[in-house]
Amino acid sequence: MEKQLKDHAALAEAFIRDEEHVNWHDGALWWIRQKRDIASKQIPEWEDLREAASRIKSNVLSNLHDYLLQFEANAIKNGIKVHWAADADEHNAIVYSILKEKDIRQMVKSKSMLTEECHLNEYLIERGIDVINSDLGEYIQQLDNEPPSHIVLPCIHKRKEEIGELFHEHLGTEKGVSDPTLLTRVARGHLRNVFITRRAALTGVNFAVAETGEYVVCTNEGNADMGAHLSEVQIASMGLEKIVPQKKHLGVFLRLLARSATGQPITIYSSHFKKPREGQEMHLILVDYGRSRQLGRPEFRDSLKCIRCGACMNTCPVYRKSGGLSYHNTISGPIGAILAPNLDMKKHADLPFASTLCGSCSNVCPVKINIHEQLYQWRQVIVREGYAANTKVLSMKAMAWTLSSPTSYSTIGRAGRWVLNNIPFAVNNKFNPWYKQREMPDGPKESFGEWYARNNDQTNDVNDSK
Amino acid sequence: MRVGLFIPCYVNQFYPQAAIATLQLLQKLGVNVVYPPRQTCCGQPMANSGFEHLTQECNDLFLENFSEFDYIVAPSASCVLHVKDHLHSTSDPAQAERVRSRVYELVEFLTDILKVENLTARFPHRVGIHQSCHGLRGLHLAQMSELNAKPFSKPVYLLNMVEGLELVSLDRPDECCGFGGTFCVAEEAVSVKMGKDRVTDHTKNGAEYITSVDLSCLMHLEGILQRNKSAVKAVHIAEILNSTL
Repeated sequence: MEKQLKDHAALAEAFIRDEEHVNWHDGALWWIRQKRDIASKQIPEWEDLREAASRIKSNVLSNLHDYLLQFEANAIKNGIKVHWAADADEHNAIVYSILKEKDIRQMVKSKSMLTEECHLNEYLIERGIDVINSDLGEYIQQLDNEPPSHIVLPCIHKRKEEIGELFHEHLGTEKGVSDPTLLTRVARGHLRNVFITRRAALTGVNFAVAETGEYVVCTNEGNADMGAHLSEVQIASMGLEKIVPQKKHLGVFLRLLARSATGQPITIYSSHFKKPREGQEMHLILVDYGRSRQLGRPEFRDSLKCIRCGACMNTCPVYRKSGGLSYHNTISGPIGAILAPNLDMKKHADLPFASTLCGSCSNVCPVKINIHEQLYQWRQVIVREGYAANTKVLSMKAMAWTLSSPTSYSTIGRAGRWVLNNIPFAVNNKFNPWYKQREMPDGPKESFGEWYARNNDQTNDVNDSK
Repeated sequence: MRVGLFIPCYVNQFYPQAAIATLQLLQKLGVNVVYPPRQTCCGQPMANSGFEHLTQECNDLFLENFSEFDYIVAPSASCVLHVKDHLHSTSDPAQAERVRSRVYELVEFLTDILKVENLTARFPHRVGIHQSCHGLRGLHLAQMSELNAKPFSKPVYLLNMVEGLELVSLDRPDECCGFGGTFCVAEEAVSVKMGKDRVTDHTKNGAEYITSVDLSCLMHLEGILQRNKSAVKAVHIAEILNSTL
């Protein structure tokens, strides 16, 4: 993948240049947010469900060690081969070794954000293994050699005409054809052949049940099932945090997941995988990749409750206006901005600042992660660890100095108003980002403090005469 | 009851008329209100930029100015929320805790403490409410659209007492305007796009005025309105509630 040089603000600015497209992107995601609102409001106990889910995940995070061992033991009992991976490299090497042992050179993969995080496709392709993403959105992104911009809707940032062009180039459809139904049919035709011929299929994991050793994969397209059922080697990759204690807890999460994600009552397929078919091999890889480090950060551990519904992205006005790719991280949007600094604080130092802290994310989150508070906390950590720009450090120090003294504050306030009034061109110029598309406020002659000092006696008189 | 009037730094400098309206409104309602002259800022601009560690002097100054009052009232939800969430004292934590629990945004002070039931205000205009995020989701001045919970709105409750005022309904009643403190310059493109979209929602639904409990949001929206030579004006809710136009 290309090395990231631009920060969120610069990438967002580029995205916004095509305003008509931004309006479409914003509207499409807002429409999904509204569908989510309608679905959630049809369930009287919605807020209780969120609370229950949040508490179940609290219990999971507090007892993760025991649940993981319980899950592993039960999965092994069921005939699943369990692997542990500390990081992306270990995960990728495990997948490769499984395929190599069977001399498999082609694999189909359903949606798994974890494998995106690990850059599994690139790793395998470098080693001569052909991987095809079977989720339609991810398939499109793969054709374009671009990461997903949204965890549920991977190519939401693309227009249908762009997709038509990609299909023309890679799948031989007629030039100019962009009808979604037609394009989907073409993709389906190609994927059918992939499903039938692949000996190995990899899926993600939405939930793993400690009590039974089974795991659940949720899709709308049935692509995970097609791949898994036709394969002789089935691999599932899961982050450590995907555990739920008991099967009965699934009801809470399955009711929340699709409603939060797209406003559907439930995903079309919620498939339980427990043991391999006869003659099939089933592998499961438990991946840490920074998760235990995040678990050890008290103010950020709750970010591990995330069930990857994408509701925080759909509701986030910054996300809707700036597009998922501007976050330059597999998981974009508000949740990505609190997960990413844990992986590489320097590289992702801009992300916690790509928010107005409006708090909408925390209130749509089905597991009640305090996302906007964690964004605030990450800002403090990033500055403390020295990842803020020097210019910002200086300006903040100057601001703190000004505001900590009433005298310096009123002097500078007066000076500022004088400038706005008398030499507005000193601030109304291209070096002032405020002024680029907005007028500056007027500089009143008198501050409130000055007015109050002048009118104070009179004001008191008015009061006394009452 | 003695009330300390907390006028945020940028309101003091740029929007004295909103501060005057706040003072006069409280006085009209018979409140004994005092403006401590040595106040500056709550420290939010630094804290939201990741520099909370530089705000101790602002905190100390705030406590020095406001500890003596029964209530502290400000025409800004955002600054009030910051004080409620982040005002700390190393020398007197109990004092800081007391002040945190005594600080109120103007609207909630009117509805929850003064329990205002009528106002003698007149503002014969079509008005759109811009919900400040910190007022909405932080101080719960109204019910947010995200939750499956009973609707209510303290600003609407008060604005309904104003003669001649007509509230316009919006397509997205509680979406962020994109001000966001230093976000408005650090992420200029996103910030302005968000603001433009909010302005459009108000104008296309027929608002003549956009009002809010936060002037920071209004300063941003006003900057966009003025740049686009719009006839729509931004006005702080205190100015409407104090209006006798």
